[in-house]
Amino acid sequence: MSRQSYAGVAVAVPITVPYQRYSTQGAHWFVGQALQALIQASGVAKDDIDGLCLSSFSLSPDTAVGLTQHLGLSPRWLDHIPTGGASGVMALRRAARAVQAGDADVVACIGADTNHVDSFRQTLGSFSHFARDASYPYGSGGPNSVFAFITANYMRTYGAQREDFGRIAVDQRSNALKNPNALFKKPLSLDEYMAGRPISDPIHLFDCVMPCAGADAFLVMSEKRAQDLGLPHAIIRGAIERHNAFASDPIMVQGGWRRDLADLYAQADAAPAQVDFVQTYDDYPVIVMMQFEDLGFCAKGEGPQFVRDHRMTHDGSFPNNTSGGQLSVGQAGAAGGFIGMVEALRQLCDLAGERTVPGAQLGLVSGFGMVTYDRCLCTGAVLLGRSA
Amino acid sequence: MTMPLMRPARKNPILRTPQMNLPPSARSRVALSLTAAAAEGRFELQVCQDCDSVQYPPREACVHCVSPRLKWRAQTGLGQLLASTTLHHSNDLFFRERLPWRLGMVALDAGPSVMVHLHSEVGEAPSRLRVGARLDRAGQAVLIGFPEKESEHMADDKMLREMGSDPKFRKALVTDGKTPVGQALVRALVKAGADIVWVGHAEPWKKLPGLAELAALPQVTLLPLDLSNERSVITLAGEIGGKVDIVINNAEVHRSHGIGNRTGTDVARMEMEINYLGLLRLSQALGPALQGRAADGVTHASAWVNLLSIYALSNFPPHGTYSASKAAAYSLSQCLRAEMRPSGIRVVHVFPGPIDDEWNQNMPPPKLSPEALASAVIKALRDGTEDVYPGDVAQEWLQRWRDNPKVLEREIAAGGT
Repeated sequence: MSRQSYAGVAVAVPITVPYQRYSTQGAHWFVGQALQALIQASGVAKDDIDGLCLSSFSLSPDTAVGLTQHLGLSPRWLDHIPTGGASGVMALRRAARAVQAGDADVVACIGADTNHVDSFRQTLGSFSHFARDASYPYGSGGPNSVFAFITANYMRTYGAQREDFGRIAVDQRSNALKNPNALFKKPLSLDEYMAGRPISDPIHLFDCVMPCAGADAFLVMSEKRAQDLGLPHAIIRGAIERHNAFASDPIMVQGGWRRDLADLYAQADAAPAQVDFVQTYDDYPVIVMMQFEDLGFCAKGEGPQFVRDHRMTHDGSFPNNTSGGQLSVGQAGAAGGFIGMVEALRQLCDLAGERTVPGAQLGLVSGFGMVTYDRCLCTGAVLLGRSA
Repeated sequence: MTMPLMRPARKNPILRTPQMNLPPSARSRVALSLTAAAAEGRFELQVCQDCDSVQYPPREACVHCVSPRLKWRAQTGLGQLLASTTLHHSNDLFFRERLPWRLGMVALDAGPSVMVHLHSEVGEAPSRLRVGARLDRAGQAVLIGFPEKESEHMADDKMLREMGSDPKFRKALVTDGKTPVGQALVRALVKAGADIVWVGHAEPWKKLPGLAELAALPQVTLLPLDLSNERSVITLAGEIGGKVDIVINNAEVHRSHGIGNRTGTDVARMEMEINYLGLLRLSQALGPALQGRAADGVTHASAWVNLLSIYALSNFPPHGTYSASKAAAYSLSQCLRAEMRPSGIRVVHVFPGPIDDEWNQNMPPPKLSPEALASAVIKALRDGTEDVYPGDVAQEWLQRWRDNPKVLEREIAAGGT
C-alpha cells in the first residue's frame, strides 16, 4: 500500500531557546521558554494550541502529560517521544497526521533538555537496560566507545581516513560561525581537527558533540491556518522512519534510512540530485558519512570520496548542517533531534540570514537516535519543500 | 606478549593510599544470571529453548521467536573481533583512574555481538579470539576478550589483573598452618609467587609436624593466632593489618558427631567457637584493614577466602554439628561478602566435600587431597571466581542440591552420602 501524502500540512515557526553549556534550570524551564516563544512568534493564542508532542530526557519523573499541568495547556492530542536524535522527524510525522485527521489543529513540537554539571554522566549509566547491563560497565565511555567501534570498522571496510571525517567537522564549524546560537565561536582547521586529543580511538575530540542545555521547537498546522496567520512555512514532501533496522548486521555499517529510501523519494516525487541541502544527524562524523550513502547521495562505501569531492558549507556544492550542527552548536539532549528541523525551516522560510543556502527549494532532514546498546535504533528522514 | 609484572617498589609511606572506586555495578535482575555463572568460572548466555537462538544482552523474551523460555547455557565464547578501541576518557572514576583501557566489539560464532574488555594480546581486528566471563571489582560479571592462544604471562595483563586476585607479589595470611590443608595452602601460595605468607598457629609451644619445614621457606612467617581468643586476633590484626592482601581462613574444628551419639554441647560449642565465631572475630579485626587497601597499587588487598564445607548446603548427620557450624559460617560469610562489596574485596567461598585428613578417616573415597584443595583455591584467586566446589563429591552434592534440595535431604537422611 502506498503511503498517504502529507498534503495540506504546514510546518512553521522555528524556535531555538539559546543553548547553554550548563544550566541550573530544569528541563521544564526550557520547555516553557520554547512554548512562550512559539506563542509570541506565531500569534496563536495559548489556548488554541491543542496538540503537544514533547521529547526530553531530563523531565523525569514527569512525562509530556505532566507538562500540560505545569504549563497550563489542555491539548486534545498528546504525544511523548523520548527518542532523542530521531525525535524531530518523528514529532513532525505524528503531528502532521494528527492535523490531517482533525485530531488537532495546532501542534507544538518541542525538544528540550537541561544539562547540569553532572547530568551527562548520570544519563549514561541509566540510559537503557542494555546499556546498564552490557555497555556502560565496559569503560563507561558512553556512546564514544560504541561509535569508536563503528568508525574503526567503517574505516577498515571502506578505506575512510580520519581526514575525511575532519572535512565534515571543519565545514560544519565554518557554518556555525554564521550562527549566533552556536556554542563554538572559533574556526576549526583540518590540522586542529587532526591534533584533537584522542577520546576513544579512532574518535578524537572534534568527533564528539558537547552536551549542553537548550530547546528547539516548531508548530505543525494546516497550510490554510498558516496562510491565515501569515506565517512563512514549509511543506512535507515525504517522510520515513524505521527502528532497529538491519539488526543482523554484527556491527553497524548502514542505517535504517536505507530500507525506506525509495519510499521517501517516491512520496516526494523527487530524486536525491534535486535536494538543495541536507541536515544530517551528526552525533559523530561517521554517521553523517553513512547518511550521505544511506539517503541516496552516493553508493555504500563511496562516502569518503564523496566528502573529498564536495564542500559542505552553506554556500558549497553540498550544503550539510548549515547551522553548524550538533558538532559545532552543541547537543542539547533531545533538542539534538530538532536542530536540523528548525534549521531546514529557517532555510525554506528565508530566516537563515548569512548562512542561507541560495535558492533552496527542497531540503532533507534526517534523525538518528537512541544508542541503547551497540548502535542507534531510531532513524527517520523528511523532505521539506518551500511552500508555493 | 604481555610484559611480566615486575615486583612493585616499596610503598612510599608519605603518599596517601588511594581509595577504591568500583566500576558500575548496577544490572537488571535478568543480567545477574551472567554473574551467577561467572562466579563459578563459567561463561553462559541465554539460549531460547524453542528456537535455539543465543541472546545478548540478557533478555526477557527471545529476540528471534519472542519465547520466554530462555535458559542460561555454557558458551565456547569463540568469535571474531570486529573492532577495538582504546579508551582515553571515561565518565566513571574506576576507569578514569585506570586509563588507557582497551575494549572490543566481538561477533560471537554463536550469534550475538558482545562488547568486551579486551586483553592486550588480542590482535587488531579482524582477528579470532575467545570471550569469557569474569567478575569485575564490583563483583559483577563482565565479558573479556582473551587471546585465542594462552601465553606465559597473560595473567599479568593490566586489565585482567583487575578482575582477579593473583597471589603473585601479594601478601597472604593462612589462619591455620598446623593442618595438611593449611600447609598445602601455604606451599601453593609460595609457588604462586606470593611475597609473604603469614601462617597462624594457635599453640606455638607445640611442635607440630611440617611446621618447621614451612617456616624455613623465606616467604613464610609463623604468627601466633587463636581464633577463639579475641585478643589474639586483634594482636595479629595490629601486626599485619596494614599489609595483608589475601586472607585465607582455613582454621576449623571438625568432629564427627551428630546429636544422639554424644551428650552435651562442648564439642559443638568448640566447632562454633572457631568455625563461626572465629570467622566473625577475624572479619571484625581484619576486614576494615583489607577494605582500606583495596586500591593500594598493583598488589592491592583483594580477596578473603573462607574454607566452608559442602555440608554447609545440607546437613550431613554423621558430621551433624560440624555441618551446622559450617552452615552458620556460610551465612556469616555471605554477610561478609555483602559488606566487603563496596570496597571491591572478593570473598571466596570454598565448599569441599570430605578432605583426605584425619577427621574424615572413616569416610569412603573419593576424598579431596589437601593439595587439590589448595590448587583450587589458587585457581579461584587467579580467575577471580567466588564460589568453589572442589572435587567430585562436592560437585555431585552441588548438582543434587541444585536439582532438588529436599530430595538430597531425604537421600542423606536415609544413610546416603
